[in-house]
This record gives sequence, C-alpha cells and structure tokens, in this order.
Amino acid sequence: MKAITAENIVKSYPAKKTAVYALNNVSFAVDQGEIFGLIGPDGAGKTSLFRILTTLLLADTGKATVDGFDVINDYQNIRNRIGYMPGRFSLYQDLSVQENLEFFATIFNTSIQENYALIKEIYEQIEPFKTRRAGQLSGGMKQKLALCCALIHKPSVLFLDEPTTGVDAVSRKEFWEMLYRLKAQGITIMVATPYMDEAGRCDRVALIQKGKLLSVDTPNGITGAFNKPLWSVSANNMFGLMNDLKKDPAVESCFPFGQVHHVVFKGRENGRAKLDEIVGRGNYNQVTIKAIKPNIEDCFMALMRE
Amino acid sequence: MEKENVIVTNELTKRFGYFTAVDKISFAVQKGEIFGFIGANGAGKTTAMRMLCGLSLPTSGTATVAGFDVYKQNEQIKKNIGYMSQKFSLYEDLTIRENIRFYAGIYGLEDRRIREKTALLLQQLHMEDQQGTLVRALPLGWKQKLAFSIAIVHDPAIVFLDEPTGGVDPITRREFWSLIYEAAARGITIFVTTHYMDEAEYCDRVSIMVDGRIDALDKPASLMQQYNSASMDGVFLQLARKATRTEDLIE
Repeated sequence: MKAITAENIVKSYPAKKTAVYALNNVSFAVDQGEIFGLIGPDGAGKTSLFRILTTLLLADTGKATVDGFDVINDYQNIRNRIGYMPGRFSLYQDLSVQENLEFFATIFNTSIQENYALIKEIYEQIEPFKTRRAGQLSGGMKQKLALCCALIHKPSVLFLDEPTTGVDAVSRKEFWEMLYRLKAQGITIMVATPYMDEAGRCDRVALIQKGKLLSVDTPNGITGAFNKPLWSVSANNMFGLMNDLKKDPAVESCFPFGQVHHVVFKGRENGRAKLDEIVGRGNYNQVTIKAIKPNIEDCFMALMRE
Repeated sequence: MEKENVIVTNELTKRFGYFTAVDKISFAVQKGEIFGFIGANGAGKTTAMRMLCGLSLPTSGTATVAGFDVYKQNEQIKKNIGYMSQKFSLYEDLTIRENIRFYAGIYGLEDRRIREKTALLLQQLHMEDQQGTLVRALPLGWKQKLAFSIAIVHDPAIVFLDEPTGGVDPITRREFWSLIYEAAARGITIFVTTHYMDEAEYCDRVSIMVDGRIDALDKPASLMQQYNSASMDGVFLQLARKATRTEDLIE
C-alpha cells in the first residue's frame, strides 16, 4: 500500500471573471517510510495540496488517499493517523509549551508518556522553557514545539508545510537531522520547501510550479534527466560576461550561481568552442570554464522555461 | 582612489537589560557597494539593522548612515534610505501605479518628478500594461521586483533589503539580483540580508554575525579561501557553529 496517492487533483479558486488554478491535474504517489519533498516557490500550489491531503480542503476533481484511506469518505480515519505542521505557527499562543503538548495528546486520546520516545530528542531541547507561553518562544523553539505536537499521537504520515522557511542554514541542517531520525522509526514524511538545495535531502521529490508538477523523481533522477552540456564560467567582469552570454543567439540560458554563471547552449550544440569564442571576443581576464553536473535548481529553471 | 563611506560604525552596541544583542560592531560600507549582512537567526542582524535605519537608539558606540548620526539625526537618516523586506512591502489593495504614487509622495517627491518616475519605473519593469492591476493579484516575484523599485524611488543613498527573495522562484530570484546590480551601478549602496548562501556570493563583501559580533568580514572569495571552503555555505556553517548563544534568549 502506498502512504499517499493523488490522481488528477484539480483545485481552483474563483477570481474576478475566471478561475485561478492552484492545482492543475496533479498526480503522484508516496511510498511508506519515504521522505517526499514538494519543492516550489510561493504560490506554486504546495499549501493547497497539503490541505487537500490533510482533509481540510476539498479538491474540485480527482482522487487522493492517505495511509489507504480516501480523503473524502474516510477523512476521520485520516485525521487520526496523520500529523500536520502548517506553514503558519498554529499552536495556542497563550498556553505554555507543556500545556500545548498535553492538549494535543489529549485530543488524540493519548498521553505524553505513551509516545515520549518519539519526541524525546526534540522535546528535550525545549523542556527548559516548558512553562513559557508558546507565543513568547523564538522561531526555532516554536518550530520544535509544533513538530512535537504533530508527533505526539505517533502518526503514520507526517505533513510538514515549509518547516524551514526563513530558518538559517545551521538550524535547517539540524531540522533535517530530526527528520531522518523520524524516518528511521518508519514514519512517512511529506515536506514542502522553497529551498532547492533541500531537494537532495529527500528520497524523492516533486517539483511544482503554477499548480503543475514539473517532475517527480529521485534527486539523482531529476538531475540525470538534464540532457544538455552545462558549463560553469567565470571571469574578472561577471556582469559584463553575463550580458555578453545572454546576447549571443546560440545561448539558451545563462544564470548566475554564486561566483560563477551556468550556461546552456541551444539545440544539440556542445558549446565549448562557442564559449571560448564569446569569452575571447570580450577580452576577459581570469577566465575559468568547466563542464559541470547540473543541480536541482538548474533543472527546475530548465523545466520552468519549457 | 578611496571611495566615500556611506555607513560607518564604531563599536556599535545594543543591550536589552543584561543581554547584549549587538556587541561592539565596527565596519564601513562604501558608496555603491553590495554589502551582505549574514547571520543565524538571533545573531543580532535585525537589531543592528534597526539601529542603522534610525529606528532604535544604540546603547553605546557610534554610527553614521549617509553622513547622519544615528543618535541625533535619525529623521534625516529615514529620508535618505530605502527599506524593503519580504514581509512588509506594498499595499495589496492599491494598484501598481497607486503604490508608486503613494510611496513617491511619502518621500516628498514633487508631482512632476513623481510622474516621470512612475513612467520610467513602469517601463523598466515592463509593467505598463498592468499598471492598473491591484498588487494583490500579482505573482510574488513581480511584487518583490516592484517593491524593490519603489524602495529606491526617491534615489536614496542606501537601500536596506531584509531577506528580499524568500520564497521566490529561482528565475525571479536572479532577475531580482540584476535589479540590485543595476541600482548599485547607479551608486545606490545595497545592504542586504539573506538565507540563500549563493546570494551571499553575489555581494561585493559579506559580514557574518555570530552572537552579536561580526566574526568575519571580507570579499566572498577571500572568505572561502580563508575558511578553506568551496562555497559561502561552508563558511557560514563553520562560523555559525561557534555560536554559544541560544536563539531563545533574544526574542
């Protein structure tokens, strides 16, 4: 049995005279025990999809199941066995850390003691502040408390909507380490993120843009499908180099990536000779040209342009 | 030739009770520079930025922004800077044109100048056809580009950008950075915070805050060499791990 299935999900919201499609024919399946990433910018449809799968929103058309249960007919069963951490902090701000946790345990007919092993490592980090009101916690602490509350009933599937947005690189790394420990306990995790670099941390990912899935595959599968030579180029004048490359009709795309530009040529052209020619024409110094493997962001941008 | 400095701080400090949020930071930013201001959540970035924007008085130390003193001339500072963040940018229920008009008016531009600026800005952003559209209806990437252009509508000496590209798609994120480069080339100094470490590499210089101090400040390439790392991500992780402060003490 698949942990999550979605078949031809469509969700539209009424706008002035037309309708805006938040999700346009979305289909995918998630295996049990997988970390499945939903990767895309704000407004791509990530939250609508999460709300449909967590039975909080009805799709216009299409079918979906979570842990074998239908999101419409069996919504109560689903609610009992999933954990959901929305993008916006949704705990009770005027209850203390401990009160929030007890409240969620009670709602699910369980106790903190019963599943303490599951949250122990995370909860220990916020335990020194257990009498503090949730509203008074810092961002990182709120995030840890929300994760504890989503886990207290030992869910089989965990939905995390942008848990790392606005979080610094160190805390993001720690958060992913927590997710691996949960995966090791057999929990299926579906996680949304706008950070492309987090794709590599998932077992499989779906790239989403404007309500459509651009690709669903393992991170290596996605980068492996990038079937054109990709060049990394740098020189003394990066801004000028960018303009020269973009101007050339043979260049398909040129995007800055930190200290280098990533360049792809049109058609079947390898591009190396052309690249030398363009750079040579511009009289650049300290030129470095390397053939490189694409990352997820290269692939996402290439798929966006298709 | 030495370029003029538009931000100069010397041992700038902010304490809240016994807690030192910003601990004697000293640095200078040159005119037209793209200056990255990086740090973990709770390292003191926001507090430092609030002092530089004239919104919060320092406890000790000195700082001038666009030549004005942060203690005595904070009103002049506010007139000479632009500010944009991911959270606060534009009025959703005003149109594109109305937002430009509103902010240009707030910054005291004359009517004729407002008309010129509005036309120029709409043309640069390729938004002439959409000028009557409510900002609410725009995709996030458009909003952010518009918000940036509006933040510099009064040609400020410095624009402060607080995580301007959070949640924006990768192509728009890069288009946003070309707007930043253009503004810097016109002599506007850019002071920017971000959690995207590849964006830190687009900056002329980057400072990294740890526990209220500036623990590193240099060109990205120099920092990567100094910390023996192939990316700014590696540099940041090495520095941020040294932090002893728990984030929770601050907020």
